[in-house]
Amino acid sequence: MRIYVCVKQVPDTSGVVAVNPDGTLNRASMQTIINPDDLSAMEQALVLKDATGCQVTAVTMGPPPAEGMLRELLAMGADDAVLISAREFGGSDTFATSQIISAAINHLGVGKDDMIFCGRQAIDGDTAQVGPQIAEKLNLPQVSYAAEIEKVGNDVTVKRMLEDGYMKIKVQTPCLITCISDKEKKARYMTLNGINHCYEKPFTLLNFEALKDEPLIELDKIGLKGSPTNIFKSFTPPVKGVGVMLEGADKKTAETLANILLEKHVI
Amino acid sequence: MDFSLTKEQEMLRKLSAQFALEELEPIAAQIDEEHRFPVESFEKMAKLGFTGIGVPEQYGGTGGGMLEKVIAVEEFAKKCMASAATLSIHLIAPHAILAFGTEEQKQKYLPRLTKGGELGAFALTEPNAGSDAAGVKTTAVYDEKTDEYILNGTKCFITGGARAGVLVVFALTDPKAKTKGISAFIIEKGMPGFSSGKIESKMGLAGSETAELVFEDCRVPAANMLGKINKGFKIAMQSLDAARVGVGAQGLGVAEEAIEMAVKYTHERVQFGKPIAALQGIQWYIADMAMKTEAAKALLYMTASLADSGKPFTKEAAMCKLFAAENARFVTNLALQIHGGYGYMKDYPLERMYRDAKITEIYEGTSEIHKVVIARAVMNK
Ligand SMILES: Cc1cc2nc3c(=O)[nH]c(=O)nc-3n(C[C@H](O)[C@H](O)[C@H](O)COP(=O)(O)OP(=O)(O)OC[C@H]3O[C@@H](n4cnc5c(N)ncnc54)[C@H](O)[C@@H]3O)c2cc1C
Ligand SMILES: Cc1cc2nc3c(=O)[nH]c(=O)nc-3n(C[C@H](O)[C@H](O)[C@H](O)COP(=O)(O)OP(=O)(O)OC[C@H]3O[C@@H](n4cnc5c(N)ncnc54)[C@H](O)[C@@H]3O)c2cc1C
Repeated sequence: MRIYVCVKQVPDTSGVVAVNPDGTLNRASMQTIINPDDLSAMEQALVLKDATGCQVTAVTMGPPPAEGMLRELLAMGADDAVLISAREFGGSDTFATSQIISAAINHLGVGKDDMIFCGRQAIDGDTAQVGPQIAEKLNLPQVSYAAEIEKVGNDVTVKRMLEDGYMKIKVQTPCLITCISDKEKKARYMTLNGINHCYEKPFTLLNFEALKDEPLIELDKIGLKGSPTNIFKSFTPPVKGVGVMLEGADKKTAETLANILLEKHVI
Repeated sequence: MDFSLTKEQEMLRKLSAQFALEELEPIAAQIDEEHRFPVESFEKMAKLGFTGIGVPEQYGGTGGGMLEKVIAVEEFAKKCMASAATLSIHLIAPHAILAFGTEEQKQKYLPRLTKGGELGAFALTEPNAGSDAAGVKTTAVYDEKTDEYILNGTKCFITGGARAGVLVVFALTDPKAKTKGISAFIIEKGMPGFSSGKIESKMGLAGSETAELVFEDCRVPAANMLGKINKGFKIAMQSLDAARVGVGAQGLGVAEEAIEMAVKYTHERVQFGKPIAALQGIQWYIADMAMKTEAAKALLYMTASLADSGKPFTKEAAMCKLFAAENARFVTNLALQIHGGYGYMKDYPLERMYRDAKITEIYEGTSEIHKVVIARAVMNK
């Protein structure tokens, strides 16, 4: 049994977000973090590894420095890592991204007992499309919004968190599951031994050459040019000031409010 | 000189900083207030492998050397000095056993002190033997019949002494020979005749427990002697050299954090119609603090890399400890000053950092003793 965990390196939104002239994110200039939902997917996979001894593979598509993130995941306990990286893949939108990641996972092979875990959504693109699209392209059943994943034989039971409750779903492997972050279940830390050995663990680089002949790759549908999404404009929204809360429903509060509006020449 | 860290060391720094922020800082004020040793923090450190730094994996450790210790202790000290001290001082015992122990001793004790999660302690100081180790009065008398040593005496101010599972304890095997008659022993918690006495109430570092230890006819198997008979003083001095680099890292970490807090505050605090950052008097404070801290860091990292390359570093250890300790007090004092009355309040961590920083000038050898060591090294070539 092998679990592929798709992880995306995203800009640390607590820092400054920079945009290129062509509208894409200037990722090089930003501090990056592991997408929070993906960290949670990795933790779910490692919990299953603790229980079953299965293999956990971290997969990312991104620029070469994304290797640093993969090494951290290896130091947390993943067994091996795959970096999908090529100029030809740059600027891909969700459609192109999921095509390339599907091709890569297909290239590595999905066994009867295997699973693919994704985050529900990435905090930069925020579309929540990549996971479901990978499932479609690989023809796998999918379950989204997973908070808990249990596996007995080929049966996987997933607890899906919904706005007004939860739902338990049974699904068969191979399958794809998208995970949500849970404050109660923090992802584990790297360990010192994990750090010591993370550069010795298997690391695969899949470049354009390695994937171009994969059946799932359509050469005119990858990268910036092949992406159906065209960025019309992107910008950093101006920071809004902190609001003022007035409490109470009495005359005095209304007066205070009126005075503020007067002062600001609103009325 | 190149102080650039390896990728693994950078990862260790990132992990240490994250651990300090998420696990140590949230309880730092509380353990100080309650004078409580946070057992749970030490267990977490052990689980991740911090307590095995500098010990090879074959003995349950996580490898690395002085630089790794410095990185972890420095990052911990930014958020909680007491926890940084706990790690730094814990490591003295396993490192002494690694350097001077027999293969049997290493196999028996190192896994317990590393992945086993047991706390280590180092017991040299006595009521009449502080700076002057020749004042040690604890005796160890050999009993031929049982092949044991019988220890009698009292140790004081021993960090973690009451909780440690394994302790390195110094006692006289030849009382007339003074320092040439001191031997080191590996003592286990619960050995008959060994108990802990008073737990000190301190000015700072309250989340680290400082205990009195009492030995009353405590029988220790001869196999637990660490190193050769009457050669304990060398073990103590060599252990202290390494420990001092750890204290330097404590001083560096707390100073770095104090500067960060002070700089932030100068931009926020407005007096006379502008942020106090605009005042040149304040800017000069920050410049001095930053310059001295950078110098402390350079000295500390140079010493650590000397140690890791197997070269002698006694003089440099004394220098970096003394310099980083004086700087820690200098910087925390000015950072507190920059915070004005707010700095004096318990709502801000600075008053705690100021109290905690002071210890670095006292333990593992006082500042005055370090000057003795440095002068001896420089003048008696
Ligand atoms: C409207 C829009 C605007 C965009 N703007 C930009 C832009 O300005 N600059 C730019 O560079 N790109 C942009 N993109 C592309 C988009 O950021 C990427 O295609 C991204 O890889 C996938 O979209 P997402 O972030 O919404 O991921 P989601 O679909 O929200 O991600 C879900 C999960 O899929 C997996 N996943 C997603 N991406 C990867 C990956 N690369 N490697 C491994 N796993 C992954 C993760 O498990 C993740 O949690 C834009 C896309 C859209 C639709
Ligand atoms: C919180 C804390 C934790 C500690 N943890 C440990 C521990 O884990 N293990 C352990 O063994 N010890 C520990 N100690 C003891 C510590 O190392 C000693 O307190 C220290 O070495 C100083 O000894 P002293 O207190 O007896 O001072 P003294 O030696 O009595 O010194 C008094 C003053 O005289 C000065 N002085 C002494 N000799 C000279 C000289 N030759 N030249 C100039 N000035 C001199 C000193 O610098 C000092 O200013 C700890 C102490 C504290 C406070």
